[in-house]
Amino acid sequence: MTAMLAQKTHALRVEGLVKTFDVSAPWLNRLVERKPRQHLQAVNDISFEVPLGGCLSLVGESGCGKSTVARLVTGLYSANSGKMQFASGPDGKTLSAQMIFQDPYASLNPRWRVKNIIAEPIRELKLRKSAAEIDERVVELLKTVGLSASDGQKFPHEFSGGQRQRISIARALASEPRFLVCDEPTSALDVSVQAQVLNLMRRLQDEFGLTYLFISHDMSVVRHMSDRIAVMYLGRIVEEGDTEELFARPRHPYTQLLLQTIPNIEKPQRDRITAGGEVPSPFKPPSGCPFHPRCPSATARCSAELPKVRTLASGTRVACHLVQED
Amino acid sequence: MAEAEKAVLEVRNLKVEFPGRRGVATALSEVSLSIRPGEILGVVGESGAGKSMTGLAIQRLLERPGRIAEGEIWLADRRIDKLDDREMERIRGREIGAIFQDPLTSLNPLFTVGSQLTETIRLHLGMGRAEARARAISLLKDVGIPSPEDRVDQYPHQFSGGMRQRVVIALALAASPKLIIADEPTTALDVSIQAQITSLLRKLCKEKRTAVMLVTHDMGVIAETADRIAVMYAGRLVEIGPVDEVLHAPQHPYTRGLMASIPALGARVERLNQIDGSMPRLDAIPDGCAFNPRCKQVGPRCRRERPSLVPSGAGSSACWINAGGTA
Repeated sequence: MTAMLAQKTHALRVEGLVKTFDVSAPWLNRLVERKPRQHLQAVNDISFEVPLGGCLSLVGESGCGKSTVARLVTGLYSANSGKMQFASGPDGKTLSAQMIFQDPYASLNPRWRVKNIIAEPIRELKLRKSAAEIDERVVELLKTVGLSASDGQKFPHEFSGGQRQRISIARALASEPRFLVCDEPTSALDVSVQAQVLNLMRRLQDEFGLTYLFISHDMSVVRHMSDRIAVMYLGRIVEEGDTEELFARPRHPYTQLLLQTIPNIEKPQRDRITAGGEVPSPFKPPSGCPFHPRCPSATARCSAELPKVRTLASGTRVACHLVQED
Repeated sequence: MAEAEKAVLEVRNLKVEFPGRRGVATALSEVSLSIRPGEILGVVGESGAGKSMTGLAIQRLLERPGRIAEGEIWLADRRIDKLDDREMERIRGREIGAIFQDPLTSLNPLFTVGSQLTETIRLHLGMGRAEARARAISLLKDVGIPSPEDRVDQYPHQFSGGMRQRVVIALALAASPKLIIADEPTTALDVSIQAQITSLLRKLCKEKRTAVMLVTHDMGVIAETADRIAVMYAGRLVEIGPVDEVLHAPQHPYTRGLMASIPALGARVERLNQIDGSMPRLDAIPDGCAFNPRCKQVGPRCRRERPSLVPSGAGSSACWINAGGTA
């Protein structure tokens, strides 16, 4: 796999990233109802590296901050603190990033023809000089993602969900990025169409040497796509490691819970005992380890002290008091 | 489960049409299925395959101008597809319970959970106020809501997504219906919560001997919850059979393709199996078998004649290859 060759180099390094949202009531309400200011810690001290030409996936349940990380990486939000650094590509320039969004219905302008949607980044960044060259590039991009040249004349509503996601991918590729942030690119698609889009993304990775930051809640999709996986819980990374290692030996109790709860088609567990509890509100995160109220093996230390991220011999990084080196 | 046991729901040859400006679109045709007491029938298919439509047609909740053009729907010993609106109102909630995808929009935000439950209980079971409240509390307890005595007086916004879906299940169960139609009940929930809800649904169905029609696009949920599976494509049933057989020895080429396109948890592959193309629009269903343009085993007969469900393997499938003749 491409990542194996390029394991030493990384495309993106993130250190101590923090993002807080101010979700206070309007000032008059605060004054009248004596409500304090309220802040939401969406992303809390996150560090990770994305291997060059590889794929790192962020997984977690809704509200764990994975989409916020995607938006921070692409600059759609600005971080409160922390460092983000893209490596430089073979041409010496910093890698450029693009994003593919979850909803292929909402992310394409319904009033624009597909060729104009794809041509917009090319025109905006002045990547081609003449109109003829732009048209040529648009046709090339349409063919790359498996659509035909004549599809450029159509409007988004004439396409199915999977085809629209292909258009989003063509648009993302238009600015010739080396780094793609994919925020749940197949969640809105049916499984048979999902397979088409995932295969396309894999082919493009090989063809153009792309690096992916992949965001999903679907563990089977994540396993298919990624070289490394980072598991997030309430704004923090609780475990990060090589895909095969993480599936074979999940170390953090939350990762274990996530892997247990995936419905298994090959070996359905119809009478399983499910773990109780739900994700706590991010407004009132629990003290100590954020997972301790749901953790089956929590101790007094877990509710008092936040576990530090430690790197194990296998290369897995894990934030849990109970994980011992073996 | 005895074969002879009378089916709770029996749908025979159902056809649903939507007349429009450009002719009549057929949303469902030749849909026949039955569900026995205590049995969960999973209905799967891609968006637009007609799985939700089947659920809505059974509850007679089709939006105009949609109409049941042919076929019969029997609930226990009563034919319900010809009942008038008032009679149907007495069946919905009383004999057919419904669980919808989004637990937030299926509860009224202005009333407490308890008042929504007691309203249903009093309307359908004719209980008094105190008795209904006691039943509401016991229902909340059945669906695994902690301290139900306090929670019964709270509003939907005070519940989390998973807890809200439990309340919706309690509402569906309120009048002890014979049949529950659950349309994507776990799609809006996270995986760890999803597992809680599906196992709850399975437990309650087995305990109370309720028949459940579980509509979902998630094969994993079906694999863990359903007893039998019905696979739909372009408004028709293409395969129906016991869960293990359909998942592990699918008979119809579409089911085979669908199963192969799911990324496996066990082994990693370089490339997923994909079904090329997409499902036809309902106003442009090809002649013959609706799947023929995407099918790898297509023959001349598939393009001419439409196959019906015939027994194959442990269930039935609608495919000429399985019908014994040549495709």
